[in-house]
Amino acid sequence: MQQLLTTALTGLTLGAVYAAFALALCLIWRSTRIVNFAQAPMAMITTYVALVVIDAGYSYWVGFAAALLCGLVLGAVVERVVVRPVEGKAHINAVILTLGLFIVLHSAAAIIFGSRYRSFPAPFGLRGLKVGDTSIALTGFGIFTIVAVVVVMALLVLLFRYTDLGLKMRAAAFNQEVARLLGVRVGRMLTLGWALAALVGSLSGLLIAGGSLVHPGYMDSVVVYGFVAAVLGGLDSPAGSVIGGVLLGLSLSFVSGYVGSELVALAALVILMGVLLLRPGGLFSHTAERRV
Amino acid sequence: MPTTSTTSSPGTGSGTASAAGPGTSRFAGVRRLRRRRASSVLLRHLLVALAGLVVVVLVLESTSSFRNSQLASMAYLGIAAGGLTVLTGLNGQLSLGHGAFMAVGAYTTALMMQDSDPVMPIVGVLVAATAVSLVVGAAVGVPAARLHGPYIAGATLALAIAVPGIALYFDRLGGEQGLSVLVPEIPVWVLDAVYFVTGSELDSTKYVAYVGWLSLIVSYVLLANLMRSRVGRTWRAVRDDEVAAEIAGIHLGRARVLAFVVSAACAGLAGAVMAMAVRITAPSGFTLNLSLVLLSAVVLGGLGSLTGALIGSALLTFLPQVVTDLGAGAGLTDVQAAELAPLVYGLTMVAVILLAPAGIVGSIRNARRRSRGV
Repeated sequence: MQQLLTTALTGLTLGAVYAAFALALCLIWRSTRIVNFAQAPMAMITTYVALVVIDAGYSYWVGFAAALLCGLVLGAVVERVVVRPVEGKAHINAVILTLGLFIVLHSAAAIIFGSRYRSFPAPFGLRGLKVGDTSIALTGFGIFTIVAVVVVMALLVLLFRYTDLGLKMRAAAFNQEVARLLGVRVGRMLTLGWALAALVGSLSGLLIAGGSLVHPGYMDSVVVYGFVAAVLGGLDSPAGSVIGGVLLGLSLSFVSGYVGSELVALAALVILMGVLLLRPGGLFSHTAERRV
Repeated sequence: MPTTSTTSSPGTGSGTASAAGPGTSRFAGVRRLRRRRASSVLLRHLLVALAGLVVVVLVLESTSSFRNSQLASMAYLGIAAGGLTVLTGLNGQLSLGHGAFMAVGAYTTALMMQDSDPVMPIVGVLVAATAVSLVVGAAVGVPAARLHGPYIAGATLALAIAVPGIALYFDRLGGEQGLSVLVPEIPVWVLDAVYFVTGSELDSTKYVAYVGWLSLIVSYVLLANLMRSRVGRTWRAVRDDEVAAEIAGIHLGRARVLAFVVSAACAGLAGAVMAMAVRITAPSGFTLNLSLVLLSAVVLGGLGSLTGALIGSALLTFLPQVVTDLGAGAGLTDVQAAELAPLVYGLTMVAVILLAPAGIVGSIRNARRRSRGV
C-alpha cells in the first residue's frame, strides 16, 4: 500500500512535467504541423542559463525567470530564422531540420557549459512531507511542480480563450489563408506560438532539473516521453496532451517501481505503438479524416 | 506517339497489316532492349562492385593498422547509412531507430562470439545477425507502416531510447559493461588466399576490415539492384504520392514494411561488423546520438543515393579527427574539442535542408543536369 501510494505520487509529479512538455509539442504542432524534436535541447539550454545565473550568486527565482525569458527568445529566434523556410514543405524536411538543431544545441551546450554532471538547486524541500508520522513521497518541490504546471496551463487557457491575441493565434493555426485575409499577421502569430511553446518547454526542463543533476543529454528521454504523451492525447488537442502526460507519468512510474527502471523507455514505446495502432489520432480525437 | 498510331490503325482496313508489321517488331525490339538493359544494370553493378573490391584491397594493403581500423568503422557506418538512405530517400520514411537495429545485430554477434571456438563461421554469424534484426525490423515495421510523417520519427526515436535499456535489464547481455567479442581465428584458406594475392600477412584488424568492406560491397550491390527494380519503383511511387500509388495497384503497407525490413537488416549487418571491429558491445555504443549521426550522414550525402551514403560515412569517420585537432589547436579542451564534430554534423544538416535539400550527390547531379540544359 505504501509503495503503491509512493509510486502513484511520483507518477503524478512526473506526469505534470511530461504534460507541460507534451503541451509545448502540441502548441507547435497545432500552429505549424511540425513536431519540434529540438524542444528537449532547447529546454536544456535554458536550464543551463538558469544554472549560470544561480551560480553567479542570484536567487533561484531570478534564474527561473531568466530561463523562461531565454526560452521565449530562443523559441522565437528558432522559428523565425531556421524553421520558417521549411514551413509548409515536405514533413520529412522539417523533422530532419529539428533533429539537426537537436544535435547542434546538444554539442553547443557541451562546448559552452561542459558535459559533466552538475547539480541543480531546488527552491523547496526534497524530503517527503510528513502526514501523521509516516512520510509520503510527495515533496515540497513535487507540489511546486504540479502547481507551476497547473498555473501555466490556466494562463494558456486564459490567453487562448479570452484574449484577442489568443483568438488571432487560434485563427492562424486553424487556417493560415483565411486568417491572413482577415488581417491576422500569421507570421508573427507563428513566431509567438513557438516562443510560448519554448517557454512551456523550458518550464518542464527546470522542473525536471530541480534537485537533480543536469548534463547536456538530460532531457533526451523527456522528448520521447513528451512525444508519447502528446500522441496519447492526440497531437492536436492541448487538453488531451495534458491528460496524456499525467497518464503516461503514472504508467511509467508503475513500470519503474514494479518492473525495473531500465524498461521505462521500452514501456513508453509499447504504449506509443499500442495507441497508434488502436487509435492513431490519440485517445481524445474526434476527427479521423486525413487530407490527401 | 507510335502507340496511338498502332491502336487507331485496326479501323483503317488494308493499311493494318503493313502498319502492324513494323509495330510488333519494334515492340519486340523494345523488349529485347529492355532485357539487355536489365542485364546491363546487373552487369554494371557487378563491375562497379569488382572495381570497388580492387580499390578496397589496394587501400587496405597500403595503409597502416590504425587506418585499417578506421576503414572498418567506415564500412559499418556505410552499411547502416546505405540501408537508411534507401528507407528515407526512396520510401520517405524517417527512422531514428537504426542505432537500435545496429544494437540488435551487434548483440547477436557478441552472443555468438563469446568463446574462442566459434559457433559457426563468420559468414554464418553475419547472416544470423542480419536475420535477427530483420525479424525485429519486421516486428517494428509492421505497426510503423501505418504511421507517416512525424509519427514514425517519434516511434523510432522511442525505439532508439528503449533498446539500450533492454540490454541493461537482462544480465545475460552484460549490463553496463557490455559483452566482449572474440573475433575467431582467421581460417587458413583466407590467410593463404590473401597471402597469394597481396604477398603480405593478414592480421586480425585487417581481417575485420576486409569482412566489413566485403559485407558493404555485397549489401550495396543488393540494394542497388533493389533500387533499380520493380520494388524500388514501388517504393518511390509510395513516397511521391500515396494515393496515386494505391490507385496504381501498389499495396502501401506491404511496400513500406518491405523497405523498413530491408533497411533494418542492413543496420543489423552493420551492427555485426561493428561488434567485430570494436570488440565490445555495450549499451553506451548505441545511444540516440548514433542514430542521429547516421541520419546526418545520409542527409549530407544526399537522400536516396548509395554513393551519398558512402561519402557521408567517410565524413563521419574521418571528419571528427580533423575537427578535433582544429579545436584543440584553437585552444579548446579535449572534451570540448570532441564535441565539435557533432556540432559540425548538426550545422551541416540544418544547412543542407535549408540550402541544398538534395545533399552532396543530388546537388552535383542537379548542377550537371542544368549545365547540360535538360
